[in-house]
Amino acid sequence: MTVRTAFEKAAAEDRATLVGYLPAGFPDVPGGIDALRLMVDSGCDVLEVGLPYSDPVMDGPTIQAAAQQALGNGVRTSDVLRTVEAVAAGGAPTLVMTYWNPVERYGVQRFARDLAAAGGAGLITPDLVPDEAGEWEAAADEHHLDKVFLVAPSTTDARLAMTTEHCRGFVYATAVMGVTGAREASSGLAGPLVRRARAVTDLPVGVGLGVSDGRQAAEVAAYADGVIVGSAFVRRLLDADDRKRGLEALAELTRDLADGVRVRA
Amino acid sequence: MSALPDETGHFGRFGGRFMPEALIAAHEELATAWREAMADPGFTAEFDRMLREYAGTPSLLYDATHLSEEAGARILLKREDLNHTGAHKVRNVLGQALLTKRMGKRRVIAETGAGQHGVATATACAYLGLECVIYMGEVDTARQSLNVARMHLLGAEVIPVTSGSRTLKDAINEALRDWVASVDDTHYMLGTAAGSHPFPAMVRDFCRGIGDEARAQCLELTGALPDSVAACVGGGSNAIGLFTAFVEDPAVAIFGFEAGGDGVDTGRHAATINAGQVGVLHGARTYVLQDEDGQTTESHSISAGLDYPGVGPEHAWLAETGRASYRPVTDAAAMDAMALLSRAEGIIPAIESAHAVAGALEVAEEQPGTTILVNLSGRGDKDMGTAIEWFGLGQQRPDREHAGNKDHPA
Repeated sequence: MTVRTAFEKAAAEDRATLVGYLPAGFPDVPGGIDALRLMVDSGCDVLEVGLPYSDPVMDGPTIQAAAQQALGNGVRTSDVLRTVEAVAAGGAPTLVMTYWNPVERYGVQRFARDLAAAGGAGLITPDLVPDEAGEWEAAADEHHLDKVFLVAPSTTDARLAMTTEHCRGFVYATAVMGVTGAREASSGLAGPLVRRARAVTDLPVGVGLGVSDGRQAAEVAAYADGVIVGSAFVRRLLDADDRKRGLEALAELTRDLADGVRVRA
Repeated sequence: MSALPDETGHFGRFGGRFMPEALIAAHEELATAWREAMADPGFTAEFDRMLREYAGTPSLLYDATHLSEEAGARILLKREDLNHTGAHKVRNVLGQALLTKRMGKRRVIAETGAGQHGVATATACAYLGLECVIYMGEVDTARQSLNVARMHLLGAEVIPVTSGSRTLKDAINEALRDWVASVDDTHYMLGTAAGSHPFPAMVRDFCRGIGDEARAQCLELTGALPDSVAACVGGGSNAIGLFTAFVEDPAVAIFGFEAGGDGVDTGRHAATINAGQVGVLHGARTYVLQDEDGQTTESHSISAGLDYPGVGPEHAWLAETGRASYRPVTDAAAMDAMALLSRAEGIIPAIESAHAVAGALEVAEEQPGTTILVNLSGRGDKDMGTAIEWFGLGQQRPDREHAGNKDHPA
């Protein structure tokens, strides 16, 4: 299944798509694979595997802590691809979310080839805008990978049209002006952004940054095609006394969110 | 203004804008405001006035005859150490603070390593009545408590950064995180000619008075252009501020001196151009100290101002095109030069600037009898703690024989 068909399937069921994020190698490589598989089993439609990076400027403290733990354990780019291969084999479309430098260092062509070979669906690039993405887009086109760029409340209409034009798979709308992290209240900026995006693209629009429970997921699902959750998943694993309880909490949150995207209120 | 960068901020394959989309609008706004400001005689006149009446520029070009005698070449020192706040950095912060006011923003955030850019930013904000928040690695707030106190006295808030390696690069990350959430009323006053467009070009243009003044002063003093110009390079603002005036003078050789730390072959250095690989860090494609997976590695230098794993993209371009040469200078060589300049001329340089002096001595040896114009970018008062440890001051005078002795704690 592709990312696009996962969104279409959800739309056919009159619900939003649930997109779940975890960094690879957290708490360790096999543990991360187990956690991502469990998220699919518990109701995630699409997965984002984060590539841990030393300088994650878009991430708040929760995802920073997880990425730092992964890097401290020696996680490598090859481990990220291994994680993708292991979870994509289960059938859920699996994207990699990564800051740009690790891809450039690995080799853009080589990364695209190896990601495609691992069964990966594409890349979400939080610090690569289409203006700088020529090499990546050529490689993505060649290997039939999705290109997910971000749009933000501050994005002008002209850039919104340009950016969505360059996206494939879906459009990632950041709900708040801020870094990743669960928030108590959802943002009033996301709805208008999704409406503006819909005016210029037929691609599904997913909303991320700040969603932490089923109630918030339902609120976002009322106006967006997809609900993207990251920090709240990481938080469950960070806070758990042991790995087994962490996975239980992860599954419980996934079910809550999966219910939320079906309520759409 | 220089022909580069192009409209999208590229110097050849370097530079650009590798930034979260949420910050692109702010970069566009800044680029437009900066372009308009530089074309507005009212803005440039006010900037010139502040530099003249508040910062104390133009700084002297000093004919360092005693040092020249030792070096075997004529060494001219551009005395940026005499500026208000003791370094070239005041030029950049006054320019950006004035631009902040023009954009109608009321709050300024900035990163700082050892605290020099933090103090300069806090100074400009006090002068122009702007709210000021400084991000500083927790490791550095502990090491540089005097600069933290200066910032407090100047009315700035200092936020210790506990993420990542808790040093300068993490302070930049944290400032960017603040900016994503505060961009409506906040300007990010980046401290060097690095980062995403328009920062490298904007900081260069605010600092280029260094070279413009020095070029005219050198012509007046010697009747000719220098044979070479030299500056230290961390992010590279003082260096690009000097070099820009000479890039179009093909007869003038351009030398940038990077922090060689314990020696480039030890891996403990900040010689980004000499030993890094092309990559993307903090918004620009440039040379980066990184491992084989593209993770940023830690830099090392005795000089906090050069201790950064990236470098401004225009320097990467000047290096690649061969217009400028970049060489490493070790901690030991820089400290030797600090001692030499102090004794020979009665000028205590910042350790950053001592790298440029050490490099100039090397050029003098290769090209005796030539004229070398060196940017003395800052004064050494802030570095006395390091000097006390390195030289064992207080008990004995620094002995040049011992200055580089590895038994001294660095």
